[in-house]
Amino acid sequence: MRVLQALAVLMLCLSFSTVQAAEKEINVGFIYVSPIGDAGWSYAHDLARRELDGMEGVKTSYVEAVAEGPDSERVMLNMARKGYDVIFATSFGYMDPMLKVAKQFPNAKFMHCSGFKTADNMGNYFGRMYQARYLSGMVAGGMTRSKTIGYVAAFPIPEVIRGINAFTLGVQAVNPEATVRVVWTKTWYDPATEKEAAKSLLDVGADVIAQHQDSPGPQEAAQEKGVYSIGYNTDMSTFAPKSHLTAPIWNWAPFYRNVIEQVRNGSWKAESVWPGIETGIVDLAPFSAMVPKELQDRVMAARADIVAGSNRIFVGPIKDQKGAVRIAAGVVAPDQDLLGMTWFVQGVVGTTE
Amino acid sequence: MELAIIVPLLAAAVQSGTPILYATLGEIVTEKSGVLNLGVEGVMILGTLTAFVVALTTGSPVLAFVAAGVAGTLAAAIHGMVCLWFRGNQVVSGLALTILGTGLADYLGNAYVGRTAPGFSPVALPLLSEIPIVGPIFFNHDPLVYLTYGLPPLIWYGLMRTRPGLCLRAAGEYPAAATAAGLDVAAYRWFGILGGGFLMGLGGAYLSLSYTHLWTNNLTGGRGWIAVALVIFAFWRPGRAVFGAYLFGGIMALQLRLQASGTQLPSSLLLMLPYALTVIVLVLSSWRRGASEAPAALGVNMEPAD
Repeated sequence: MRVLQALAVLMLCLSFSTVQAAEKEINVGFIYVSPIGDAGWSYAHDLARRELDGMEGVKTSYVEAVAEGPDSERVMLNMARKGYDVIFATSFGYMDPMLKVAKQFPNAKFMHCSGFKTADNMGNYFGRMYQARYLSGMVAGGMTRSKTIGYVAAFPIPEVIRGINAFTLGVQAVNPEATVRVVWTKTWYDPATEKEAAKSLLDVGADVIAQHQDSPGPQEAAQEKGVYSIGYNTDMSTFAPKSHLTAPIWNWAPFYRNVIEQVRNGSWKAESVWPGIETGIVDLAPFSAMVPKELQDRVMAARADIVAGSNRIFVGPIKDQKGAVRIAAGVVAPDQDLLGMTWFVQGVVGTTE
Repeated sequence: MELAIIVPLLAAAVQSGTPILYATLGEIVTEKSGVLNLGVEGVMILGTLTAFVVALTTGSPVLAFVAAGVAGTLAAAIHGMVCLWFRGNQVVSGLALTILGTGLADYLGNAYVGRTAPGFSPVALPLLSEIPIVGPIFFNHDPLVYLTYGLPPLIWYGLMRTRPGLCLRAAGEYPAAATAAGLDVAAYRWFGILGGGFLMGLGGAYLSLSYTHLWTNNLTGGRGWIAVALVIFAFWRPGRAVFGAYLFGGIMALQLRLQASGTQLPSSLLLMLPYALTVIVLVLSSWRRGASEAPAALGVNMEPAD
């Protein structure tokens, strides 16, 4: 009898603990650099967050419009103190603050987007957006008549420069004589300045406008002038239905879901990951009806090549603006070079300074 | 540079200069009455947000424009209360108003980020817009720009050629004498603050109704501060404010256009241009005239009535 009793108690305890383990909720925190709004970078992350919220045993929360620097450190510290299991910081400038907080809270997992520093419990992640930019460049190259494409660029850092280069290579794949003119605004989100920058490009004859910033300012400028535009981050067609051709977009949900699964089953590792279009993390927004069918087919064929790995985009020979060969014939540029890219390919008009 | 580049550049100068012009005129009216309002940036952004929200909910840009002026008036009233009722420090109150205004607009406007509202679009004026060169530069804009063509002469006339204008200036030059002459200095200062706030609100509205048709945090982007500097540059004269605002708008537009035209100058250097110009302008204007043009009692609170 005693033995039976003891066994029953043991069973009870065991079942209790397993139930508890299954019910242990994963608390996930997100930090956004801008207000979420209806479009753009932070919105794309938040769409994925909402999907995570639907997963069983996952609870998410977010803080939006957090300034990079000390402010973000306070927000992360707050989340870590409250016992969050995973914290995603989605802007470059959160890197050093996150590194500091990660050292203080070894049990929490930290994930930083678009940076390059890691720690024992801090990884970083990004997507190969340049692949989608290459495809959007093909669309721009196929649609331009003036052979001048305007690119409203954010800050001259490798991420943006790499995007402009890939875009230009895409343009040249369809339209070898076309050039891409670049104007830097030194902003991530300033609709007034970005719209003005787009207008300045329209004035020098650009008839397709592409952009790196979050705001629909350049889209508005293109529509008012009656020319084409390429969005970014999320489908921007609602802002300029008469000019928006497509947009290289983010789709973070599969990636975030994967990270949460890894944390749950203990296989998560602090490392740098840079998945590409084959995982769905980046892609092209649906084409506008203004894009002719054969151009659409051509772009989709290129997309298939990139997914299959037969088109690596930055494959030599690639020359810089001065005509010097920067990537030798037949060589595929290693990731390290792509991550530190500070020069423009031939066909870009503008400086990287 | 050829004409094909210069004409759009000058047209862009007029457009980017317009919000600054509204705010500068507002600050001139306020300062002429002897009150320094450093809260232009905060008043403007509240106007920007109000205009956007009203345009979005009512669909009427005209109503939105007027509402922005009212919002600017209300925001400036806070400054009036601090300076005229409690005789607080005008500089501190103005700075606080900027911080309050931008913070409040961020907070209240959060739900509106990324949405688009109806606004004004360019309307080419018949005949006038067909004049070569001048037409495309001045007469192919939205109605809010045309409105600013009439404002400076009107304000100049009001301040310099009418009796109430004279009284308002007296309140700014020598309030004790004005009081001795039987004027209600506080009333004229209230008028300066509220009227100025109205114009600043309109300047803010320009950004969300015409310049763009959307709302975001910090849409004013420091234009209010530029307006404060331009008042000194303009020697408190409405006519020179027009020149200053367009010069400034022109430099902002020029730096982007220089980049677009493929210059090899570093973009950081070009982006610095408007701000470098501000400093140069302030140095030059204080060099040439000293501060003699400023209202003598600017920033000085009235003695409490006994």
